[in-house]
Amino acid sequence: MHEKVQNTLLEIADDELILGWRDSEWTGIAPLLEEDVAFSSIAQNEIGHARALYELVARERGTTADALAFDRSPDEYRCAPIVELRLLDWGQTIARHYLYEEADAIRLERLKQSGDSEVAGLASKIDREEAYHRMHAQMWFDRLQGEPRFTAALDELRPQTTALLDSELRGEHTSELTELWEEMTMVRRSQPTGTKW
Amino acid sequence: MIYEVFRQERKGQPLQHAGSVEAADDHFADVYAREQYGRRGESTALWIVPRSAVLEIHEFVDELNRNYHRVDGYPLKEKLKEARERAASAKSAGALSAGKD
Repeated sequence: MHEKVQNTLLEIADDELILGWRDSEWTGIAPLLEEDVAFSSIAQNEIGHARALYELVARERGTTADALAFDRSPDEYRCAPIVELRLLDWGQTIARHYLYEEADAIRLERLKQSGDSEVAGLASKIDREEAYHRMHAQMWFDRLQGEPRFTAALDELRPQTTALLDSELRGEHTSELTELWEEMTMVRRSQPTGTKW
Repeated sequence: MIYEVFRQERKGQPLQHAGSVEAADDHFADVYAREQYGRRGESTALWIVPRSAVLEIHEFVDELNRNYHRVDGYPLKEKLKEARERAASAKSAGALSAGKD
C-alpha cells in the first residue's frame, strides 16, 4: 500500500478515534435516555471504524492497531483540530456531529473508489454504518435548524471542516488534544514492562 | 412524546410489544427505535405507534354475571369427569348384561 494511502487512512482513523472519545463524553449525561444510548452507540462505532482502519495500516507497517492508537505522541496524531475540541454544549456537539458526517460522507465516497479493493471494501462497510449516523445527524439538524445557539455553532465550526478533506489544511493540534491524549493513553502507559494485554 | 414499539423477530411472525421510546417527534422515534430494537439483527420489522394513538380498554362489564361467556366461566373438567364415569359404568353394566346371556 502506498505511503500516501496509509497516511490518509491514518488521518481518518485518528479523526474517528478522537471524535469517538469526545462523543463518548456524553455517555450518561446526554439530554435524554434514548439519545444517551444512540449517541454512545455512535461514539462506539466511530472507535470501531478507527480500529478497522488502524488494522489495515498496522499490517503494512508491521505493528498493531493498539500501538498506532495509543503509543504515538500527541504531535504524531494526524487528526483535524475540529474533532479534538471538548465541547460542553449539546448544540455545538450536534453541530460538529452534523458537519463531520457531511465531510465524512464525501471522504468515504473517495475511499470507495480506491484501486485497493481492501480499502474500498472497508470504506463500503464503514459507510453502511455511517448511513445511520447521517440519519441521526440529519434528524437533529432538522430539529435545531434556526435555533440561534445551533446556527452560531454551525457558523463557528464550519470553517474547520475543510481540514477533514484536505491533509494540507490540518494544521496545528489544539492544546485540548494533549489533555485527551493523557486520559486516553493513561491505562496503556501504566502497563508495567513485560505485561501483555 | 412516548411511542410504543412493536417488533417482529422473524418474517411471518406476529409483531409483539417490545417496549417504548421517548422522542420529540416521529423522526426521532424512528431513529431511537431502530437504535434500541433493530440494529443488532434482532428484528425484521418494527411498528412505532404514538401512545396517544392507542385505544385502550381496561374494563369489561359483565353486569348480569353471564360467566358462561367467559373462557373460565364454563368449567369442563368436572363435567368431563362425570361423563367419563357415566360412560364407564354404562359400559360395565353392558358387559354384565351381555355376560348373563
